[in-house]
This record gives sequence, structure tokens and C-alpha cells, in this order.
Amino acid sequence: MADDTGFPGGAGTLVEALASRGVSRRRFLQFCSSMTAALALPASYTPRIVQALETQVKPTVVWLEFQDCAGNTESLLRSPHPDVAQLVLEILSLPYHETIMAAAGTQAEANLDDVVRNLAGKYVAIVEGSIPTADGGIYCTIGGRTALDIATQVTKSAALVIAVGDCAWDGGFVSLGPTGGKGVGQAVSGISPINMAGCPHNSVNLAATIVHYLTFGAAPALDQFGRPLFAYGHLIHDQCERRSHFDAGRFVERWGDQGALSGWCLYKMGCKGPATNYNCSIVRWNDGTNWPIGAGHGCVGCASPQFWAQMSPFYGRLPNVEMIGVDTTAQTIGLVAVGGVAALTAVHGVGVIARMQRNKRKAGVAPDGTVVLEPPAGPDASAETPGDAGTGGTN
Amino acid sequence: MAKVVVDPVTRIEGHLRIEAQVDGGAVTDAWSSGTMFRGMELILQDKDPREAWIWAQRICGVCTTVHAQASVVAVEEALGIDPPPNAKLIRNLISGAQYIQDHVIHFYHLHALDWVDVTGCLTADPAKTAALAQSISPWPLSSTAYFTEVQARVKALVDSGQLSIFTNGYWGHPAYKLPPEADLMAVAHYIEALSWQRDVIRLHAVLGGKNPHPQTYLVGGMATGVDPNSPNVVNPVRLDLMAEILPKMRKFVEEVYIPDVKAIASFYPEWFALGAGHRNYLAYGGLPNGAQTDTALYTFPRGIILDGDLSTVHEVDPTKITEAIARSYYTYPSGQDAALHPYDGVTNPKYTGPTPPYQELSTDGQYSWLKAPRYDGKVMEVGPLARMLVAYGAGNEQVRALVDSTLAELKAPATALFSTLGRVAARALESAYLLDWMDTWLNDLAKNMNGGDLRTVDTSRWDPSTWPAEAQGWGSHEAPRGSLGHWVKIKDQKIANYQAVVPSTWNAGPRDQNGQTGPYEASLIGTPVAIPEQPLEILRTVHSFDPCLACAVHVVDATGAEKVRVEVL
Repeated sequence: MADDTGFPGGAGTLVEALASRGVSRRRFLQFCSSMTAALALPASYTPRIVQALETQVKPTVVWLEFQDCAGNTESLLRSPHPDVAQLVLEILSLPYHETIMAAAGTQAEANLDDVVRNLAGKYVAIVEGSIPTADGGIYCTIGGRTALDIATQVTKSAALVIAVGDCAWDGGFVSLGPTGGKGVGQAVSGISPINMAGCPHNSVNLAATIVHYLTFGAAPALDQFGRPLFAYGHLIHDQCERRSHFDAGRFVERWGDQGALSGWCLYKMGCKGPATNYNCSIVRWNDGTNWPIGAGHGCVGCASPQFWAQMSPFYGRLPNVEMIGVDTTAQTIGLVAVGGVAALTAVHGVGVIARMQRNKRKAGVAPDGTVVLEPPAGPDASAETPGDAGTGGTN
Repeated sequence: MAKVVVDPVTRIEGHLRIEAQVDGGAVTDAWSSGTMFRGMELILQDKDPREAWIWAQRICGVCTTVHAQASVVAVEEALGIDPPPNAKLIRNLISGAQYIQDHVIHFYHLHALDWVDVTGCLTADPAKTAALAQSISPWPLSSTAYFTEVQARVKALVDSGQLSIFTNGYWGHPAYKLPPEADLMAVAHYIEALSWQRDVIRLHAVLGGKNPHPQTYLVGGMATGVDPNSPNVVNPVRLDLMAEILPKMRKFVEEVYIPDVKAIASFYPEWFALGAGHRNYLAYGGLPNGAQTDTALYTFPRGIILDGDLSTVHEVDPTKITEAIARSYYTYPSGQDAALHPYDGVTNPKYTGPTPPYQELSTDGQYSWLKAPRYDGKVMEVGPLARMLVAYGAGNEQVRALVDSTLAELKAPATALFSTLGRVAARALESAYLLDWMDTWLNDLAKNMNGGDLRTVDTSRWDPSTWPAEAQGWGSHEAPRGSLGHWVKIKDQKIANYQAVVPSTWNAGPRDQNGQTGPYEASLIGTPVAIPEQPLEILRTVHSFDPCLACAVHVVDATGAEKVRVEVL
């Protein structure tokens, strides 16, 4: 398995590492089950994940931060399964992550150089934050080098590139500023990152993606934005605990009203759930404790392409959503999700429709264990925004 | 004489570079540089002020919630809204949880490795470690068997040849002074704290849907409802969940965090005499227990301490806050030596530094993406130490008791607070101070709910048609890292100007037009550096401020260059 995935051999599989500190096999199996569930795989796949992790050696991961707020790092620190201590001590080797690594300055740079030089083609690069491309990249330097210089060197030699959060995916809100902030798949040519969209991404999905890669030797099935379908394949609106209120026509009309106290639908308060694909309502946040709609505020659509430009005004109502008992169609919602910037609007509207149509495709499991999509119904690649974000897949 | 460069400064949020002149084994001069700029100029411009908090919260994911809070308060002040008591209780619970969780993360995961040699674990005697742990705390995870297991875990990591996050630390550096048993105890708690922080911050998810970036603030209050008879809002079940979390916070702070700070500090007494800096301290104060504007009822009092004189707490006049850019990568239309109040703030980036890749900054010229905030022209330190000193000077009984008893235990004079370890101690003490407040706020919320006060939001000004044609507001807040202010101008129902002056800008900012060094720079002078290639001691003082550079660089300013050229006429 190790050879298949390109990771170097070495001492210590995950199971050995966990056993050495008294983590029971039962807890390990629980972790594997939770990953199977997060990946939306049948339970019968758990043994395969178990087997892969049992024989897998620790992959080396480097985590790069550029124009970021560290929100995705914080999300990683909230990882419930596996616990973050297990993640960084037993499951992965993480010799470079500026926020939590011991080394600093010259010694930190040496860690990164060492991985790029000695593990070329055998490590995972995770990128957080956008990459400034304007004015020679002077808006973000580390050790005197530009973010673009570092990102290019590190991601080009990586076996797998994962962009966490919107800034690393499509530039996030930074792309609206003057620094030419871009996602890593846009800024560096020739790489195809897996894009873990969201502001921030949900660490459950990141863990599941890595586990999928370790188990099957390939990225999970992705949509045209390079987002894993298991996490970004369904509308929030279709999986919302308040959906029955929408269908019954029960809406919050004013903040703090009886409808708000009763947990009615937030559509009229600007909720973007009807135009957003994310498994937020399923995996929820912070060990499944809650999610934004559960706290009484509408979804802001943070897993959608260019969501800052497209979903603001956040308290503005999505127009043309079919009401009361009628299932919303992709077309209606796709058209209404557009707002704001006129130039982007037409392109994006079509993009959303294409995405919605794509999402109607079913994912299946091939004999070799990889999750595959049925053939696309009628893709329209030219309609996609952000256009040059990678479409994922690495091998 | 050597120029020591630390870039990246790690175990912080964001991108910080420190250059230091080292002469005779100590720092003689220092330059603090923020090396990243996102520049959201014009982005908030013309936006609906009610949604500014959603954008502003993305200034920082580590200091999540704090910019949301400052933003809604700024708009509320502009529109004349004082949110209902429940909204303030919920905000305070979110803020308090943020402080306590963030301070523990800072101590263990961002700062401890400056004092703790992880490799020391390998030679520690687990039985002696257990004895040490049991001598300072009743914390139950303290058996020989437990520390044996932790030691085995570290050994397995070292033996694997993949040290992960511990790769290439300054292990074995002569400035590490803990006995191996203390190293092992601290590493055990480092690992425990990783799990603890994840668990206790679920309080944010209960109230705000998720962490980081909770999503329940509103201009006028909070979206989350309170109703004992509804399954969908804060109800007895959710209150119980929080009531289970608060004792976990308390127990870890009282039985692990504070004993560890005292134990580790006791091996480094000289660091109570290093790293003072300018000894001017500013706290806007915050976490209201009455009207938003009633500063007398703030959990953290407002005030200023000058030149380390604790006998006088000076009043804060927010009109005296300015930002200078003489040594920063910006221009002002009114000239490079101007200092502007945030209401009239301008963010016009102009990089004048060396072309990358570069070895050294032009420290004689402009050298940072941070501006240099000043109060009445003076350099100010903000943060936990400033808050504790202002509260101490103002006669806050609880804070006085906490500070005095700790100083007595450490056999240190009050002046010891003006130091690198003083900041570390202040952070721990204010965590303890907040524990009682957390209980109070949760109890008050339960009382209000049971008494029938279910209001969490004032919607009387939600409709923009009720707003005046023009308004402006200052949202002041105490974030974990210090005083935070958002200034907003609203015109015709849209944002006309938005400025944020952030804790790490106060602390990490560069020199100003008068050549005054920033707090980091001043605090580093005199820091011993035993091995210039391994500047561990520099990290100690810089980390004691808990740097957050994403916050510090002006990211969400509504005033762009184009706008300014019009306004300044």
C-alpha cells in the first residue's frame, strides 16, 4: 500500500504508534468507521480503510500559510476524530506548519527545504490563504521569499496538494483587494489541488480526504471546482433541519420573533442554504455540536465559488426560490444566486447551474475501491468560475 | 556584532520578521516587520453596515469573534442601539470562552516550547515527574504510569525519525533550564491542552453555530434565541451543555495552566527583569455588565498606566488615538510624517522594501506592513498585562488579590510585572479572573430565561430607513491580545469609512515619525542571545506578546486611495 501511494517506507505504522500509547483497537476502529461515514461510503468499506491505515506509514505533510487568517489552522485544531494530537504525532508527520511548529527562522526554512529536497513526489502540501500575484508578489514574503515563489516550489514537487479554505481555493475575500490574491491552483500552473472550500473548511472533511487518499491511493471524486463530492455534492437546503418549515411556509420574519424562537426557516432573513453546497448540516461543527443555522443565523454560502462577491448582501433574500411545498430546481436557484458584480454575474449564474446539474450525478464505487462518478450529463466547463481553479485529482 | 534575522517567526498567527542587532551577547537594537498585506480597501466601502461583522471577523481566525464583536458594537453605537441584556451575556460568554481557550493555547502550543525542551522528556524519571506534578496540583492525570506512557509516546516519535511539529527546535540550547521532569510534565500538558481546547470551545458552537468564525452576531443583538420551551434555541438542554463545559475550563486553568506557569517561571526568575519595553499600558476596557457605554461596569476597566506608575490610572480619550506611517509601506496624502485618527484613516499601500528574495530589510527606511498606533503621541502596550495593570491600579479587588498572591508566591516585587514573564503571568491570572465571570454570565442568562426575558435582539433599527442620513461609531473591545477598536462612518445606509486598529498593531508596529520604537522593538533591547544562530531568547520576548499579524496589518479598511484623494481636500 505504501508503494502504491508513493509514501516513503519507515518505522511505525499508525496502528503501532497508537498501540504504543495505549490507544485501543476499538477506538481505532471507531475512527475508521467515522471516516467511512464522512466519505459517504457504505459501511462495508470500513475494513478496507482499517487495512490501509494499519499498513500505512506516516505520510509527511507540509502546511503553508500565505495571505491567511489561520482560521483553517484553527479548524484543524478542532478536529474531533482523529484528535489533533494523534493527527500531528501519530497519523501524520508535520515538520512544517508555521503556527504550531517548534522551529523558527532558519531552522524552520530548513525543515521545508529538507522535505522538498528529500521527499520530492512523496509528500502532501496543504495550502492555507491566498497568494498575492500583483507587484512581484511583495504583499506576502516569508524568509525574504515571496509566497508565490515558495508555493510554486513546494506544490510542484508534492504528491498531493490540498487547498484548505476559500482563500487558498479561489482567493477568497483577498481576491477582491489590490494584491492580486489568488488560490493556489490559480496562482501555480500545472497543479490540481483538492479544494476544501468553506470559510473555514471543516476539518472532518480534510481528515476524510486524507484517509481516502491513504486508503485508495487516489483523491476522492471531485466536482468541477476540485471539491470532494462527498462534502460538496449536496445543497444545504436539501439537508437542512429546518427544511420542513420552508416546505410548510413557516418563516422567520423578523429577528427574535416567535418564528425565530421556534426554529423556523431563515430563508427570508437572507439564508443562502438554497444556493450552497456543503455538508455543514450533516457533519456540523466542533464534534457535531451545532452549525450556523442551528444557532439561528442564516447560511452565508461560504463554500460557494467567490462567495464574498456572489452571496453578499448576506441579509438580502435569494429571489425566485420556489415556495411552499415545491422542490427548488437547480435552475431557479442558480440564476438567483448571482448578485453584486455585474461582470461576474452572468458567468457565475451559468456556473452555478452547471454545478447544480453536475451534482445530480451519482457517485459509485468502482471495483478497485475508488469512488467514481457516472458520466456527466452535460458539462459546461467554459461556464465555470473561478475558471482556472484546478479540477483536482492528482495521480 | 551580528545581525540576527528571525523569519518566519513561528508559533504565532501570521507573518512576522524580527531583525535584531546583537552586540556583546545581547540585543542592542531591533526591528519588527509585518511581511503580509491583504488590503481590503474599498471592499467594505458601500457595504451594508449590518453585514460588516461577517467580513471583519475574517481579519483573524485565531482571534475569531473579536472583530465581529467590535464591528457590531461600532455600528450599534453609530445607530444608537444598546442591545438587550441577554445579547450582552451571550457575547460575554463567547468572549470569555475565547479568552480562556486562546490563552491556554498560547501558553502551551505557541509559547511553552521557548521554555520547555521536548527532548528533556526522554531522560526524565516518570516517578519523579509524578511527584513533581502532585506537589503543585491536585490534577488527577499525574501517576507514574501516566507519565511513563507520555514518555513512551515522545520516545516513539523520536525513534521514528519523524519528529513532526517538533522537528529542528532549539533542543539542547543552554537557555533551557527546566529539569527533565518538568519538561515531561509540560509536554504531557501540551498534549492534554490540545484535546482540552477542542472540547471547551464547543461553547462557541452552542451559542454561535461553530468555531472558528461563529455566525450568530447581529447589529442589535444576537441571532441565537433564548426560550425554555423551544428545542431550537438556548434552552435548558443547551444551558446544561454549557454548564458542563465551564467546570472543565475552570479545572484545567486552576489545576494545570496556572500551576504550570508558576512552576516554569520559578526556573527562569531573570525573565521577570527582562523585556519591559516602554512601560506605558493602554486598555480600552470591555465586556460590559451594563449599558454598552457604561465603562464603570466593564469586566475589564478602561484606563492608561504611564511609565510603570501604578498609583495613577489615566483616563482614555479616544480622540487621542492616531496612526503613523513614516516607517511603514504606506503613504498619506497629508505627508509621510502625519498621524491620523482612525475616523480619518487612510490605507494607501506603497511597498518600498527590498526586492524579494532578500536577505535584509532596509531598516533605515520603511520596513513593515504595520502602521504605528500612538496615544497622545506615546507608544502603548496593550494586552493581558495592560488589562491587569489597569485593573490593579484602578483598585479591582479580585485582580489585586490574584496579582498580590502570585507575586508573593514567586517572591517577586510588583515591578516584576513589567517583563517578559509578567505578560505570561498576567495572561494566566486574567484567565482565572474570567472563570467567575463566566459562571455569573451563564447564571444570569438562565435567570433571565426562567424569568421570562427572552429578548436577544433589538430590531428597532434593523430597517435602514430608520437610520439618520449620517452616523459614526466606535466599537471598542478587549480582545485576548489587547485593545481593539473599529471605527465606522455610515452615510446613506452604507459604509462610508471603516478602520480597525488592532492589538498587535499597537504591539508589533514599527518606529514612528519621531523615531520612537514599537513595543516589541523596545522590549527586545537588552535581551541576551547566547547563540546568534539559535535566537531562542528573542522568541521568548516576542512570543510573550502573543503576536497576531493577520490582525495587525490593516485588512479591512474601507478607505482606499481613490476615496482619500477626494476626502482630503
